[in-house]
Amino acid sequence: MTVTELVSYEDALTTYDPVMGLEVHVELGTKTKMFCGCSTSLGADANSQTCPTCLGMPGSLPVVNAVGVESAVKIGLALNCSIAEWCRFARKNYFYPDMPKNFQTSQYDEPIAFDGYLDVQLEDGEIFRVEIERAHMEEDTGKSTHVGGATGRIHGASHSLLDYNRAGIPLIEIVTKPIQGAGERAPEVAKAYVAELRELIKALGVSEARMEMGQMRCDVNLSLRPKGVEKFGTRSETKNVNSLRSVERAARFEIQRHAAVLSSGGTIVQETRHFHEEDGSTTPGRIKEEAEDYRYFPEPDLVPVAPSREWVEELRKGLPELPRVRRNRLREEWGVSEHDMQSILNAGAVDLIVATTEAGADSAAARKWWMGELARRANEDGTDLAALAITPEQVARVAALVAEGSLNDKLARQTIEGVLAGEGDPDTVVEKRGLKVVSDEGALGKAVDEAIESNAAIADKIRGGKVAAAGALVGAVMKATRGQADAARVRELILEKLGVEG
Amino acid sequence: MADLIKLTAAETAAKIAAGEVTAVEVTEAHLARIEAVDEKVHAFLHVDREGALAQARAVDAKRERGEKLGPLAGVPLALKDIFTTEGIPTTVGSKILEGWIPPYDATVTKRLKAADVVILGKTNMDEFAMGSSTENSAYGPTGNPWDLTRIPGGSGGGSSAALAAYEAPLAIGTDTGGSIRQPAAVTGTVGVKPTYGAVSRYGMVAFSSSLDQGGPCARTVLDAALLHEAIAGHDELDSTSIDAPVPPVVEAARNGDVKGMRVGVVKEFSGEGYQAGVMQRFNESVELLRELGAEIVEISCPSFDLALSAYYLIAPSECSSNLARFDAMRYGLRVGDDGTRSAEDVTALTREAGFGPEVKRRVMLGTYALSSGYYDAYYGSAQKVRTLITQDFEKAFEQVDVLISPTTPTTAFPIGERADDPMAMYLADLCTIPTNLAGNAAMSLPCGLAPEDGLPVGLQIIAPAMADDRLYKVGAAVEAAFTARWGHPLLEEAPSL
Repeated sequence: MTVTELVSYEDALTTYDPVMGLEVHVELGTKTKMFCGCSTSLGADANSQTCPTCLGMPGSLPVVNAVGVESAVKIGLALNCSIAEWCRFARKNYFYPDMPKNFQTSQYDEPIAFDGYLDVQLEDGEIFRVEIERAHMEEDTGKSTHVGGATGRIHGASHSLLDYNRAGIPLIEIVTKPIQGAGERAPEVAKAYVAELRELIKALGVSEARMEMGQMRCDVNLSLRPKGVEKFGTRSETKNVNSLRSVERAARFEIQRHAAVLSSGGTIVQETRHFHEEDGSTTPGRIKEEAEDYRYFPEPDLVPVAPSREWVEELRKGLPELPRVRRNRLREEWGVSEHDMQSILNAGAVDLIVATTEAGADSAAARKWWMGELARRANEDGTDLAALAITPEQVARVAALVAEGSLNDKLARQTIEGVLAGEGDPDTVVEKRGLKVVSDEGALGKAVDEAIESNAAIADKIRGGKVAAAGALVGAVMKATRGQADAARVRELILEKLGVEG
Repeated sequence: MADLIKLTAAETAAKIAAGEVTAVEVTEAHLARIEAVDEKVHAFLHVDREGALAQARAVDAKRERGEKLGPLAGVPLALKDIFTTEGIPTTVGSKILEGWIPPYDATVTKRLKAADVVILGKTNMDEFAMGSSTENSAYGPTGNPWDLTRIPGGSGGGSSAALAAYEAPLAIGTDTGGSIRQPAAVTGTVGVKPTYGAVSRYGMVAFSSSLDQGGPCARTVLDAALLHEAIAGHDELDSTSIDAPVPPVVEAARNGDVKGMRVGVVKEFSGEGYQAGVMQRFNESVELLRELGAEIVEISCPSFDLALSAYYLIAPSECSSNLARFDAMRYGLRVGDDGTRSAEDVTALTREAGFGPEVKRRVMLGTYALSSGYYDAYYGSAQKVRTLITQDFEKAFEQVDVLISPTTPTTAFPIGERADDPMAMYLADLCTIPTNLAGNAAMSLPCGLAPEDGLPVGLQIIAPAMADDRLYKVGAAVEAAFTARWGHPLLEEAPSL
């Protein structure tokens, strides 16, 4: 493999103009597969969620999942696409052991949704419109595990294991038109587009779109053309770029690589490339000796899909607020900066904060807990905020206890820790751990008296006017009450009892 | 026992219901017949003796409990080996599925079981239903009971031969280009290709999905109707299945009548290549229909001349994709898996060894026809021809109630005669293919023996889609008139085996 010296990103962009095409596959969250009744749940034993149809047994036939079609139409509508009045599935013929029928049931020249756009917001608030070519329905393949090789790739493996649980899970493939005019912001646009699309898919409720779980996968096609030239250059296709950061890095790397090849008088080969998380580079995939001919033809085992206009309009009416619009609304309501909003979004905290405010907390408190203590815990545990064992209602309850003075910050953190540890809801944890701020004046007064008694020297100093020494007595009282007293109130009481003005 | 095997399905069911004979006796009689003659005929690839007797015993037990029996309860049937049968081998006449035991029943299999039909076993066929002689079976040819040196038609030669040899009174076939009707014609039996979508394709191993249609085979029109009713009807597992009531085929078969009907004779189905004796019997049938009160109209369907060409693009194209799944990964034959070869090589070796020459020919034809740059010229044009043929039928049915023609241009030819000449073989389906392309319904029934060779000739009746009952109304009238003229059913003239 020849290593190409990369051209610096800035230099690349002074000479060339990048053009991108993004292809995103989304696994729908339907209960059953696209063409049979098998479950789509993840994590089951290999090949336990299969039937004659998704195993491609002789004689088996597909039946279209109506929820899959509905999800496709919703996605199309949310992407401002036209919805086909009549469209067909097509067979994409090619051989691969993890594809049971050796054809993929997909759509070819009659996609269910076409000609749309998605407005994405860049970090500085600028809106960039990404044109959508099409969104079509298809099925996922099974999964091959190559055993015995060093890399997990098929090369060098001694054998392969096949799991068909994923075979037939519904996919929507969303293809952009060539994205032009983004210039140096192309990688940022790519990332923002995939992020926005992910939010949109989640808001529609058609998929959890978790990239780390493979529920959303992105291919980055990129080419460069000399500035001022109309004609597109030859593109590379970087496959399976599966995180937002990787999308940005892959685009950036390819811009630099293409520029290096072109600047040194070379030509770009149209090829698929693999992306490497470790260093953000791409390397060529298997070179195909001849162009793949998929021999598409209309799937004769299925009848055409003809969504009625009434139904489409009904679905359009039911669409949720677009994530970008909602985000901007919330940002204003909460009074936070673009940057903070972006952090909240990246942390996956928007919906949690909204739910917490809906449960009665004020937005500042909700943000404080989710983006502070809870974000720290999620980070430590290597999990998502949403996966933490605490609900927005419970966070709201903690916030309420703080607001009414029953908990201070330190006690609130301990309460949260107890909830996360499975000790019960906040009130139970407070009760069990005895975390409530000691506000009983009698008990507190007794603790103060004891502190004065056992620290007579310090008490004298205070009486003598050294008010700053009161801190030591406050500390003693706090220690005696295991931190459950309100420190400010303790100080007041001490000064009062010693007859000193605070 | 000899009497039991000659009964019609309707008579058999009546006798079982009345307690004159048990289902087990009927089944045993047919199993004995299979034992006696099938070595010569080779209609069956697999006989499920134990399963059949168990089904028969269940029917007898039902009757003893006083439960009402269905119109075909206890009647034995020969099932084409293209329908999956849970726990029973299903080979589709191919080495590539040798030893495969399906884990599920086809919808047709399920419905037969639900109707208490006794499934005797699985019948021989051209590999993947590709052929018109059953010579393309990987398991050896089937003989025509009229002359064992001749072909029984194909692809469903096993099913038709089983009927003609009295090994079963009922059989199931599938018809992609004539595979029910042409075997019926050359064996002197009745076969019906229902309207496309009338009988579920779920569990029927696909050859050409847009053309394949399962249907009933029998020795009488009424028996075919009873079987038609048992297997037809909407199935939610088959997206192309018709969601509408099954036409009243049994009622039509019980009330054969052509008075006042307009019957169209297709002009294009005559002339060169049609055997003289076939045309003679066909012309007599036309005269018979006139005598029975039908009005005969000559109809021209010019696009029918293109049907064979269109068929041999569409069917291979679809089969090239349908057969791709036979890759040695999940079921069936696996060749060369010795730990040194790649999956691709094992697939290639398995397909090389597992598919016969005709299957390979069609897979290659179809792969070529669908390939980039040729799609429009081949598959695309063929689909346009298909539309023209459908339009020709529509125009014809504006003028007539049914169309008629010879089922196939010749009587049964000798085994081996056309084996090396695919084009000659393909011509056997000249008259049957347009119906598959348009998706409407057709029947073949016996109309006599060709004088020159003494072999059966089939009359084809074609009806519009979803008017399958017309086939039975006309067929029953013709059958009754011919039987009266001959003094007995045509099959009685077949030599005893």
